[in-house]
Amino acid sequence: MGKLKVEDLKRIKESLKGTVNLREGQHRVKITVHMGTCGIAAGARKIMDALFTRLEDSGANDIILTTSGCAGLCNHEPMLTVEVKDSAPIKYINLDEEKVLKIFDEHIMNNNPVVDYALSLGSETTY
Amino acid sequence: MEDLSLHILDIVENSTMAGATLVMIHILEDQEKNVLQISIEDNGRGMDPEMLRKVRDPFVTTRTTRSVGLGLSLLEQAAEETGGDLKIISSRGLGTTVKATFQADHIDRKPMGDIGSTLTALIAGNPDADFVYRGYLNNEEMELDTRELRAELGPDVPMNDPAVLKFIRGLFKKQGNS
Repeated sequence: MGKLKVEDLKRIKESLKGTVNLREGQHRVKITVHMGTCGIAAGARKIMDALFTRLEDSGANDIILTTSGCAGLCNHEPMLTVEVKDSAPIKYINLDEEKVLKIFDEHIMNNNPVVDYALSLGSETTY
Repeated sequence: MEDLSLHILDIVENSTMAGATLVMIHILEDQEKNVLQISIEDNGRGMDPEMLRKVRDPFVTTRTTRSVGLGLSLLEQAAEETGGDLKIISSRGLGTTVKATFQADHIDRKPMGDIGSTLTALIAGNPDADFVYRGYLNNEEMELDTRELRAELGPDVPMNDPAVLKFIRGLFKKQGNS
């Protein structure tokens, strides 16, 4: 039944050959989806799924996708933070799947932040 | 929360925030007894009796980013709406177990939702923790243990490697369990 089998593991091992391991610090982009109760209730997991699918399709292996807790801006969830190496992190708010895909294509793949969906640019406080 | 898999994601995030290195998630549907039980057992820092007494109160939380803590309260409500209940066992330094019981066929019982998606999100977000999932749902058994994956793949392969996550997603899609 639905259990990990030896041949499954062999298959993963096989598919790992030649790929770069994404150890902390070795990635070009880090995407953090906020997964507090507020984020989850607002649809953060759908955002995560959309990113996983896009990531798989893109074949990119220099992007790390991770989660964090509540950032204290519950009314703006779902949120995510994009950190491109050597650039300031950008927080995106009030997301849906469509917005996330645009952020993936423009910011994550082409280093061109989607200002319209960002929390703020250059303000002193975030709330 | 739309479905039970989202509640599970939420409660297990509590576990990892409490420093758990191992979280065991069990789902058991007993069609004969008409009971659905979800249990989440972690080895995090646990709660003292004082906190345990207050933890169901939505205005109690340990976090500092906001002053309400809704996760357990929402799960308790979801269980009670079906005539079930929520039990929390916890001791300081040892860990916490949360057990939610539902009347399986109750009209207000939320659907299970996508367990594969919940586990992938948990593993991606907490690659250093281990997760054990055992589910018995719709007469179908499903098991995943990241400790087995780790042992087989070796220390150089992090659990959030895209190939590993893709495999886990696929495993659940194949089973129709999502």
